[in-house]
Amino acid sequence: MAQSQGQGNLQQRKMQQELQQEYKQLVKNVKPRPPVLKNTILAFLVGGAICLIGQLILWFLKKEGLGDHEASEATAAIMVFLGALLTGLGIYDVIGKYGGAGSMVPITGFANSIVAPAMEFKREGFVFGVGARLFTVAGPVLVYGFLVSAVIGLIYYLIR
Amino acid sequence: MEIEKKVGQQSIRFVKPIGITSSASVVGSTEGAGPLADTFDWIIEDLLFGEQSWEKAECKMLRESAKLALRKVNLQEKDIDYFLAGDLLNQIISANYAARGIAIPFFGLFGACSTFVEAMLLASILIDGGFARRVLLVSSSHHNTAERQYRFPTEQGVQRPPSAQWTVTGSGALLLEESGNGPRVTMGTVGKVIDLGMTDANDMGSAMAPAAADTLVNHFQDTGTNPDSYDLILTGDLGAVGKDTLIKLLQQRGYRLGENYQDCGMLIFDLEKQDVHSGGSGCGCAAVVFSGDILRQLWEKKYRKILFLATGALMSPTSAQQGETIPGIAHAVVVEFN
Repeated sequence: MAQSQGQGNLQQRKMQQELQQEYKQLVKNVKPRPPVLKNTILAFLVGGAICLIGQLILWFLKKEGLGDHEASEATAAIMVFLGALLTGLGIYDVIGKYGGAGSMVPITGFANSIVAPAMEFKREGFVFGVGARLFTVAGPVLVYGFLVSAVIGLIYYLIR
Repeated sequence: MEIEKKVGQQSIRFVKPIGITSSASVVGSTEGAGPLADTFDWIIEDLLFGEQSWEKAECKMLRESAKLALRKVNLQEKDIDYFLAGDLLNQIISANYAARGIAIPFFGLFGACSTFVEAMLLASILIDGGFARRVLLVSSSHHNTAERQYRFPTEQGVQRPPSAQWTVTGSGALLLEESGNGPRVTMGTVGKVIDLGMTDANDMGSAMAPAAADTLVNHFQDTGTNPDSYDLILTGDLGAVGKDTLIKLLQQRGYRLGENYQDCGMLIFDLEKQDVHSGGSGCGCAAVVFSGDILRQLWEKKYRKILFLATGALMSPTSAQQGETIPGIAHAVVVEFN
């Protein structure tokens, strides 16, 4: 009895799995594909434009007499500021909608991913809202960024 | 004991005349810029609705739509026996907090986007069972509260795939009472939870379509009807992707959904001009489309018999992060006006 019931369950599970497979196929045929080519071109243009702005700032700072190191640090700070400002003004999410990866990867996207939750969760207070949720999006990037750099540092130390 | 009002496996037939005697809808600016703009009672331009947070704004929308439905027919809160309400937020806070300001015995409901029809079903059961004379029901959603709970902060620059849907900012209210006048709820089919293993939170339509198909097929079998028995078959918020999927699923079961099949999520927005991808979604979507446009067309006798089916995706951010699949549910009611 118990065995036949077990077999019945197994058969039911198998049927359910087949049903799921079949349905997955059906959905695949119906679901519109994201416009990959358009997204790629837009990402290239938007990402490129952001980098170009960064480059112009860098050249300008160097021309005004900053050293290589200081100039690139100042450029990063300015770009982060711009990303944060545009997020605050409600513009960066529009750029992100079209730019996709192009606006997410540069440092301005990093600023966006921190300022957006800061704005969103301010209503839950400065401790449990802003404080706790600030890195909801950027957190994983930081954690694994640090982790990987530590591992690479270790490898470098061992093979040096 | 004989169960005289149950029909077949999942359906029920109401004996008393259950009339829809009042309705109200409050929507946001995006919905107010859509093709159904002139069917809504109240379009709020400011998504905060004069409040401090999106959540408070949604709560106020829900409360105002409930009060407006009563005001339209000059009824007081004490004239109503039950208040049924639900929304999408954790612990259905919009409904619970709105009910603080409404002195009517209250049932809070969660059926995700199926809540509106779930409430219509339960309200009709309460009236037909002789437990109530009048029941007020509301369901609401707000684009920004849903976005921040289920997806990303609203200012986050993210790109959404074409299958994603836009959560409707809106709240729709109905007053049901024992009455022979106006459109009437005559039958209902209670849905089962169906899960065919979909996991993409950016594609609610395909997660919910199997539940819709199951409820529809059971409804047709229980009641001896078919898609041609209705002037309109209306789903809540399957969107463009879910709608096509449902048509295919019903084809497999031998039913053809034709011109008389529409989806609220596609009616509420102009999919070409408004940037909403696959269409509208959320508890408020079916609620405001039905209490505005569809009721009006029933009164104008453009439709005499409609099958109204709302689907819900019963997931939470936690279940999604833990890799769980998305269960769906669909409830249906038949609304007639002769």
